[in-house]
Amino acid sequence: MTEMAQTSHDTMPVKRRSRLSKALGNKKLVRGFTAICVFLLFWEIGARWEGWFGYALPWIGLIPPPSAVAAAATEVVTKVGYWLSWVDSFKRVMVGFLVAQLLGIPFGLALAVNKYFRGIFFPPFEILRPIPPLAWVPASLIFWPTNEMSIAFVTFLGAFFTVVINVLGGARAIDVRYLRAAQSMGASQWHLFSKIILPGTLPSIFTGAAVGMGITWEVVLAAEMISGGGTQAGGGLGFFIWNSFMGGSLEQVVVGMISIGIAGYLCSSAVRMLGDHFMPWRRLF
Amino acid sequence: MATAKKKPAAKKRPAPETAKTAKAGIRSDQSRLELKNVSKGYGDEWDFEQVLGNLSLELEPGKLTVVVGPSGCGKSTLVNLIAGFEKPDTGEIVLDGSKVTGPGKDRMVVFQETALMPWQTTYQNIVFGPKLRGDLTGQALHDEAVRLIEKVGLAEFRDKYPLQLSGGMQRRAELARALINDPRIMIMDEPFRGLDAMSRELMQEFFLKIFEENRRTQVFVTSEIEEAIFLADRLVILSNKPAEVRKIIDIDLPRPRDFTMMSSPEAYRYKREAMEILHEEAMKSFVDQAGASGFMEAYSKANA
Ligand SMILES: Nc1ncnc2c1ncn2[C@@H]1O[C@H](COP(=O)(O)OP(=O)(O)OP(=O)(O)O)[C@@H](O)[C@H]1O
Ligand SMILES: [Mg+2]
Repeated sequence: MTEMAQTSHDTMPVKRRSRLSKALGNKKLVRGFTAICVFLLFWEIGARWEGWFGYALPWIGLIPPPSAVAAAATEVVTKVGYWLSWVDSFKRVMVGFLVAQLLGIPFGLALAVNKYFRGIFFPPFEILRPIPPLAWVPASLIFWPTNEMSIAFVTFLGAFFTVVINVLGGARAIDVRYLRAAQSMGASQWHLFSKIILPGTLPSIFTGAAVGMGITWEVVLAAEMISGGGTQAGGGLGFFIWNSFMGGSLEQVVVGMISIGIAGYLCSSAVRMLGDHFMPWRRLF
Repeated sequence: MATAKKKPAAKKRPAPETAKTAKAGIRSDQSRLELKNVSKGYGDEWDFEQVLGNLSLELEPGKLTVVVGPSGCGKSTLVNLIAGFEKPDTGEIVLDGSKVTGPGKDRMVVFQETALMPWQTTYQNIVFGPKLRGDLTGQALHDEAVRLIEKVGLAEFRDKYPLQLSGGMQRRAELARALINDPRIMIMDEPFRGLDAMSRELMQEFFLKIFEENRRTQVFVTSEIEEAIFLADRLVILSNKPAEVRKIIDIDLPRPRDFTMMSSPEAYRYKREAMEILHEEAMKSFVDQAGASGFMEAYSKANA
């Protein structure tokens, strides 16, 4: 019977198909929701195992159950400090991310289009690039007068190298046929840059931005944990987690972790949306 | 890009003419391109590969010259030289009396694979050249673009991106993009390679129709002998690498052409002649690799 329903769906005219695909989308949503519920259920059972059966499950038994996390969360969200942590981390991520884009995109493009520039700047860049951002933390703590600036610097570095490598790779991979076609049609050097290289590199710019955004969050949180965040109570989400850990509130640690997941998701969605906006030819399918 | 030579201001697009009047004589807007003793190689002194060796060829005004040759013999290299993307090592290329020194809008190339900018719609791709140069603007540009888009049958796909077009549509869009620049020479490098047989035939007919309308000097590179004979006024067969002109066959099939002509005895005769020469050239490249096959033989024996 389901098979018959299936075939009748398949032969439906185009107009009906959009509804079918909507239903499919919903099905996906339902499936995702179910999966999360099942996951939470297992987590709850696993975490409460000890209370019910007298012995703890190896790994999961050490984590607070979701219900306790939820309880902690409802309490935490009423506190200003928690939201200040968001603001602090967001600010740091944005500063590091934006500066990395502002410097990294032109730098990558310059590396791509000018071989003298590449000859001079690429070797030192390649030597510095493999150094993990967090390895810069001590140096930048000495280097910069304030904690805040050190964090910003390390965050910037984390995204910068990724941005540059993506932009450089993307710009170098542009098919010579586009450049040649444009040359035939009378394009000047500036036209080649603005009409071919720039739009041709956009996809890589956004790939770099998406990856860079992820790295920025990682670095910000790690830097906040290492440096102890700011001096105020709200030292960022990394500090929030660290502080909760030191205070022995595992529930709050988990709340912090989930907050970071949400924050990261929001940021990468924003990057994706911007990408869709600036590259309409990439959202055709 | 520096086109170096300043030719008299762009000639007006010729009004569509019938094949008959066009055949009567050479019009002043039909250009002649000559390659004089052109050679070209790639690589350095240790690993040098001569691709074109002393090639001389004339693209006669108003004629559709089709170039065929064994795979990898240097046909695209020839196209790159004519278009001005690359410079010959020796010899020169002369368009209507002035030397070609770089790319220019007087020579438009339709490439082997699509070179439509993926980030521009069909319409944006087509107006790209005139808009850059500013030699056709505003309503005039718009009207011309729309005229060409309709001519190539893409009215409905005006605002679609290249990736949304089928292979055949992409080729037509590209044709329109070249035509709007009103080039003196059209250069096609295996433009229909990769299309399925049906679209390929349609594109050939469509392309011929456009050519026969105003007989702009054309060079068309292909590796399909059937296609070559169907399209050509003159069929140029290149030798194996380093490529030279091995043979020129004048194809005297009447125009306008259609596919039924391909089953005529003349067409068959042309085909036989061309095939024989191409076969010979292909065999030569086979013999060139005898060293390698000798090694293979010895190797297989050692392993027996
Ligand atoms: N930019 C380049 N650098 C080095 N070698 C090149 C370059 N362009 C072409 N060649 C070499 O020149 C030879 C001819 O290449 P070309 O693309 O002109 O052949 P073709 O006849 O167009 O081949 P096909 O039938 O595959 O299109 C090949 O051996 C190729 O390796
Ligand atoms: Mg080729």
